[in-house]
Amino acid sequence: MSKNPEFVKFDKVDKSYDGKVLVVKDLQLDIAEGEFITMLGPSGSGKTTCLMMLAGFETPTHGEILLDGNIISNIPPHKRGIGMVFQNYALFPHMTVYENLAFPLRVRKVEKDEIDKKVDKALSMVSLNGFETRMPAQLSGGQQQRVAVARALVFDPAVVLMDEPLGALDKNLRESMQYEIKHIHESIGVTVVYVTHDQSEALTMSNRIAVFNDGKVQQLSNPAELYEKPVNSFVAEFIGENNTFNGEVVDIAKNKCKVKLTNSEILANPISVKSKGEKTTVSLRPERALINPTDKMDNMFTGKIEEVIYHGDHTRVRLNLLGSSEFILKVPNSTSNLELKVSQDINIGWNSADARALDPK
Amino acid sequence: MSSETKQILTTDGIPLEVSLKKAEKKNKIKAFLLVAPLLLFLIITYVFPIGEMFSRSIDDKMITNMLPKTFKEMEKWDGKELPSEEVFTAFYYDYKVLVKKQEHGKLGQRLNKEKNGFNSITKKLFRQIKRKKIDESISIKEQIMKIHKRWRNVEYWQAIKRTAPPYTMSKYLKGMDMYYAADGSISQVEEDRRIHRILWLRTLEIAFFVTLFCFLMGYPIAHLLATLPMKYSNLLMICVLLPFWTSLLVRTASWMILLQQQGVVNDFFVMIGLVADDNRPEMMYNKVGTYVAMTQILLPFMVLPLYSVMKTISPSLMRAGKSLGGTPFVAFWKVYFPLTIPGIGAGCLLVFILAIGYYITPALVGGASGTLISNQIAFHMKQTLDWSFASAMGLMLLSGVLVIYWIYNKLVGVDNIKLG
Repeated sequence: MSKNPEFVKFDKVDKSYDGKVLVVKDLQLDIAEGEFITMLGPSGSGKTTCLMMLAGFETPTHGEILLDGNIISNIPPHKRGIGMVFQNYALFPHMTVYENLAFPLRVRKVEKDEIDKKVDKALSMVSLNGFETRMPAQLSGGQQQRVAVARALVFDPAVVLMDEPLGALDKNLRESMQYEIKHIHESIGVTVVYVTHDQSEALTMSNRIAVFNDGKVQQLSNPAELYEKPVNSFVAEFIGENNTFNGEVVDIAKNKCKVKLTNSEILANPISVKSKGEKTTVSLRPERALINPTDKMDNMFTGKIEEVIYHGDHTRVRLNLLGSSEFILKVPNSTSNLELKVSQDINIGWNSADARALDPK
Repeated sequence: MSSETKQILTTDGIPLEVSLKKAEKKNKIKAFLLVAPLLLFLIITYVFPIGEMFSRSIDDKMITNMLPKTFKEMEKWDGKELPSEEVFTAFYYDYKVLVKKQEHGKLGQRLNKEKNGFNSITKKLFRQIKRKKIDESISIKEQIMKIHKRWRNVEYWQAIKRTAPPYTMSKYLKGMDMYYAADGSISQVEEDRRIHRILWLRTLEIAFFVTLFCFLMGYPIAHLLATLPMKYSNLLMICVLLPFWTSLLVRTASWMILLQQQGVVNDFFVMIGLVADDNRPEMMYNKVGTYVAMTQILLPFMVLPLYSVMKTISPSLMRAGKSLGGTPFVAFWKVYFPLTIPGIGAGCLLVFILAIGYYITPALVGGASGTLISNQIAFHMKQTLDWSFASAMGLMLLSGVLVIYWIYNKLVGVDNIKLG
């Protein structure tokens, strides 16, 4: 059985709440069957609105949403058969865990035996067997979260939506839940649309990530590509850490360009610049700049250490380089560690291929 | 070993518990002093008057104090045959004292309430004493029995004996249309004179329906208030609270203007052709008026507790219910409604208890068929001056409220009440 690459389709969807401002602009997005796709973006970027339109709680102002080839814009939420995990879990506080899980089955008039079986299976999926008679208030945040996930999956929906489900958990729990949700997705192959503003969460879990800003998808690609090859300076800035240089292109070749900064010049990889004279923002990942490079690199400079912060597995070094005192280096904590001291001068080098000349900020 | 670890000592060697108590003593005193004025106020304005009301409602000391010797002699009397010479003599001397103090009239009236016909025979006895016609050297019993034949009737003496205890429950019985019969048993008054029972039932009925109407109207309003955007909900909230800021009397009077036969509502009905001009329905001075005005006045007491509970229910719960496949009705009935029960309980209890003791509105718009038990209490306070009966009925009302509270607690649980 081949998987439908357009299982969920947003076709030229616009959304406006007040008739003046578009919160979602001309959204074109295809989600494949069985895919784990994350909508990532800062708050107010329109990602939750997209999710709510898919769930049926908001109607698109313009355009259509299709589920498995059928237009669903006019189908009420309870007939869409889409499971949803809410930001604050939205467990029914007056029902036990069992009743919460049985709710979607009871409204579908499933037989009692069948309900028991399915609830049991869903609970074992999130390893919460034996919690059937507990009330939600008697569970910890992580357990409530698992119940919410189990409830969204128990009626075998084709699509499960998750609206920042891990936002309220502490860091360690959040990380273990990320893996757990990822594994559940892998084992049952349901299509998941996940909304978050946490980029590391998105990178960990997703098959593909749609980065939202200003009502538009800025980039839609897999995590590695998103991190390594951001297409514009918003994505570069939003995903991971990033050193930037603002300047002007003075010379451009096929895969190299020369960018003039205030009082120096660097070589960069032209991504969104086409011609001489264009303003650009050059983005460089901190881990791509090396200290005292042994190989020949096409960008070699000397900077002065302004600050050294020990982070356990790595050390963050802030440098004054090329007129900017915000240049960040990440030095892995290895045995051959360098002696790094404030106000010491060090040599830095990077390849022009890693310095991406993007649209100006 | 265990005894050593039982008592934990501070570094100064004082037991921890003692040290803790000492440290908290000051705070406790402070806290008590802060609530002391309120406590005093409550005792003076609430506990004390209720105690006073109770003692007044069962108080029957008047005759006990008027006829001390008689009752002392009556202790030996079996109450079946006419009493002995001693009882008659004691009664005569007691009565003579009353004549001297000019209190004999009160006794006659009071005894007359116990048994009809006392008033005239005590007056006859009074005249005989005034004219000094009674010879104290011969049998007083014979002389009194000669004054009127009722003095020879044992039932009258039994009636006197019944008034002997300083306390009586007769006011409470009267509130339930019952009384002590001549033989001391409890009997019901004749059917056509049972006015109090009708009033109690009517009070319960009106309170129940007013609560129901308030609930039916208040629930949607509270829901709207809790879900509307801030700027609209504030406006609506003001509309709900506006009646609160208007004098009760003004509101009731405006209902009188609206509901009277030549009033605005009737004019409107005639205008749209709902009723004929010569057949305008009476909407006031009956139950309809009481229902309409009381529902409007008590509505905020239903809306506010409901609102405060609904405000805490996350809208995502309804969404979750719908996204899991529940129709809007199922999501409401299975998810939203059960969560509002604490507010429903609080609102209904509040409205019911307020309605059961409502006074001004039924007095003004209720007419004869729309008055409640509180109007009857007021009537006895102001017209008949039978304060002990008014107190008895007031206490019956109070205990009724307590019973309702107790039932509510058994059914729903008071912990579940949420007022805000």
